[in-house]
Amino acid sequence: MLNSGRVCLTFALLIALYGIAVSLYGARRGERNWVDSGRRAVYALAGVLTVAFVILEAAFLRSDFSFALVGSHSSTTTPTFYKATAVWSSQEGSLLLWVWLFAIWSSLVLFATRRRLREIAPYATAILLGFAAFFAALVVFLASPFELADPAPAEGAGLQPLLRHPSMMVHPPMLYSGYTLFAVPFAFAAGALVARRLGTDWIAAMRRFALAAWFFLGFGILIGARWSWSELGWGGYWAWDPVENASLMPWLTGTAFLHSAMIQERRGMLKVWNVSLVLATGVLAVLGTFLVRSGILDSIHAFGASTLGKPFLGFIIVLVIGSVVLVVTRLDALRPEAHFEALLSRESIFLLNNLVLLGLCFVIFWGTFFPLISEAVTGQRASVGPPWFDGYTVPLAIALVFLSGVGPVIAWRRATLRNARRNFRLPLAAAAAAALALMLVPDIRREPPALLMFCAAAFVFAAVAQELWRGTRARRATSGESAPRALASLVRRNRRRYGGYVVHAGVAALFVGVAASSTFQHVRDVRLSPGQTANIGGYDIRYVRATSELSPEKITLGALLELRKDGRRVATLMPNRGYYPSRDPTLGPMARYFDGEATSEVGLDAGLRRDVWTAVEPDIGAMRRMIDGIDRRFPLAAGESATVLLGAIADRYAARPPPASLRLIVSPMVEWIWLGGLIGVAGGLVALWPAPGAARRRASVLRAARLDRELSRA
Amino acid sequence: MDPTRRRRIRLVIALGAAVLLAGALVYTSLGAASDATTPSRLAATASPDRSYRLTGRVMPGYHRDGDELIFRVGDRIGSASVSVRYAGVVPDPFRAGREVIVTVRKRGTVFVGERDSLVTKCPSKFSSQAPEHSS
Repeated sequence: MLNSGRVCLTFALLIALYGIAVSLYGARRGERNWVDSGRRAVYALAGVLTVAFVILEAAFLRSDFSFALVGSHSSTTTPTFYKATAVWSSQEGSLLLWVWLFAIWSSLVLFATRRRLREIAPYATAILLGFAAFFAALVVFLASPFELADPAPAEGAGLQPLLRHPSMMVHPPMLYSGYTLFAVPFAFAAGALVARRLGTDWIAAMRRFALAAWFFLGFGILIGARWSWSELGWGGYWAWDPVENASLMPWLTGTAFLHSAMIQERRGMLKVWNVSLVLATGVLAVLGTFLVRSGILDSIHAFGASTLGKPFLGFIIVLVIGSVVLVVTRLDALRPEAHFEALLSRESIFLLNNLVLLGLCFVIFWGTFFPLISEAVTGQRASVGPPWFDGYTVPLAIALVFLSGVGPVIAWRRATLRNARRNFRLPLAAAAAAALALMLVPDIRREPPALLMFCAAAFVFAAVAQELWRGTRARRATSGESAPRALASLVRRNRRRYGGYVVHAGVAALFVGVAASSTFQHVRDVRLSPGQTANIGGYDIRYVRATSELSPEKITLGALLELRKDGRRVATLMPNRGYYPSRDPTLGPMARYFDGEATSEVGLDAGLRRDVWTAVEPDIGAMRRMIDGIDRRFPLAAGESATVLLGAIADRYAARPPPASLRLIVSPMVEWIWLGGLIGVAGGLVALWPAPGAARRRASVLRAARLDRELSRA
Repeated sequence: MDPTRRRRIRLVIALGAAVLLAGALVYTSLGAASDATTPSRLAATASPDRSYRLTGRVMPGYHRDGDELIFRVGDRIGSASVSVRYAGVVPDPFRAGREVIVTVRKRGTVFVGERDSLVTKCPSKFSSQAPEHSS
């Protein structure tokens, strides 16, 4: 099977190279057959990569340790669910996932556009295959997932415990889908520039795929943040880590493009801007992948000892230079068909929104790459921390939320005083009412950024509600439908518009959660013995007793905590820490558990008003004498005898636990982040779903094409 | 006003604002930055009035002293190391041999870690695993 996998990857590389050659040849000669062959090469690429991926996945599920990758990232005791996800826990496997998803998405896009964009598609196909060839070359020559383990070990190392979370099944594939899908608009934009077909066709065709990329990447980021909050023992959901930042940057520029694309579609403006945004987003998507794999910046998420940095850097340089050359040499064909007529218009607000998004992206880019910039300028590597990021991103985020309320209600071309008064009265009243109500709360009054964010969110909620209500009312007047039915038909007929509004409301809710949880959070680190109580944010948390548990894979030590407010029991929390055995043969049979990997399970009582978050760190140092004593007396303990001895340690911990270190957090409105994110996801799905009219149009185009083929045969 | 002239004025204002903001960005980042450094360089050049982002490997023999974690960070390549006292969240993957990043300030002969600044690189993502040591 190893050889089959290798053959598939080699075939993938050859197919990609063949596809590039025939696509370019077909485009230059204007011969459709070659162009079609190039497109089919992408389908074939998706096919062979699917086979390669299935081979690797099957090897993980079968625990086939003749695959070196399986032995180093899975084991027979790894639960089946995590065996399946272990494929992308490694450098090699995740690269295969990247190129496989890329081929799948590229095939779908080329299939969907096979009768459109005929001048652009061959170049876009060649560029897509260029991406695929680069990644296929990486997995063939530098990071093959099909390396032989000789001799094959009897047991594998297992999946890194930190990655054993259901989110592992969703988070990486979502992120990679976002990254890979953003390469598609990049390819078509570059193709349009090469072919000098710079009308609105390519924008209209790519908008849906850019939206899909935005959707997947955003969802992936959200899941990652949730994973961090609910699982990792540090009590946060965003750390301004370089790799986290790298995923956010293309999402921000992609968001900007989704807005400015509307201006080009409607008014033929911002052509240079749009094409630059799409190209920048594509490059940033590859940059995100590069940051994880190069080890160039210190990040918790980065692959440490990697040899892929230089090839990635070379690829990014080619993309950047190619993009700049293409835009500069096509400036004459990118002239706008109209100009901004007034500063107060939807176009101007969209542009302002774009500038804020780009400002955010630039700040994050600067902060992320500051270590490299400072090293290049001063010779000394230096980095900026979260307070620096917050100093810029907080005001920009407030402006962004406010603009997301202005955009939907301001008129196109020119806003008059009359329509401004009509459209802004309710949202402004809502923002003013929120401000007045919140000013009465001293804690909020003392935090102007949070106060402003809450008011901006109230403005957005009112603006979106007003638009939905007006649309529903108009629909009822013309169709006589009931209100819920009229609302449903309204959204169904204008999915892009109303889906977008729902996204705006979701984003506002998300930022309310971010502002509240980051500003009004209470954190305490305490050391408690059973029976002791700590107070935080108006809650009493009592350490009732220690807990312990044994399973075939790990020993778990934890705490049972009772959460009380005003003397009333609110919840029982059970944070714990699981200890997985190390494979280091120099360690004793007990010590290998406590010197191996450990993961925290958070005790969480979540609610719309607040989350109470707890994590425990048992004092293993205090147990060390017992652990070392058992190891000295039973150095060869294994199997059942080791389990009995481990059980003795677990029982001892539960009966006579040393004081445990606890981190306690009371954080208001964290759930609003996830809820807002889900509302945004729902809005994204509404916007992505084909409108009934579009589906009908596509069906009639297909019918016409079929008829045309049949007539030509006859 | 002539529309072309108006557009040009807007462009100049926008570019001016962008340059101003970029200047602020550069200035504040230089002021807020912590120098990234290795244990050997930190031991030789650290001054008490600055914070540094120390990167290196955790040496065997770390232990807790009440709320504080006491550990030594050594060069990735080489034998120099410095002692760090740290209070705050200790990431799950923290252990001897692992690569860590921590923001520190010099206090006498030891370095005191900034609360919650300790980051341990995810070991699953190392292509070649570093050998583990017992603490």
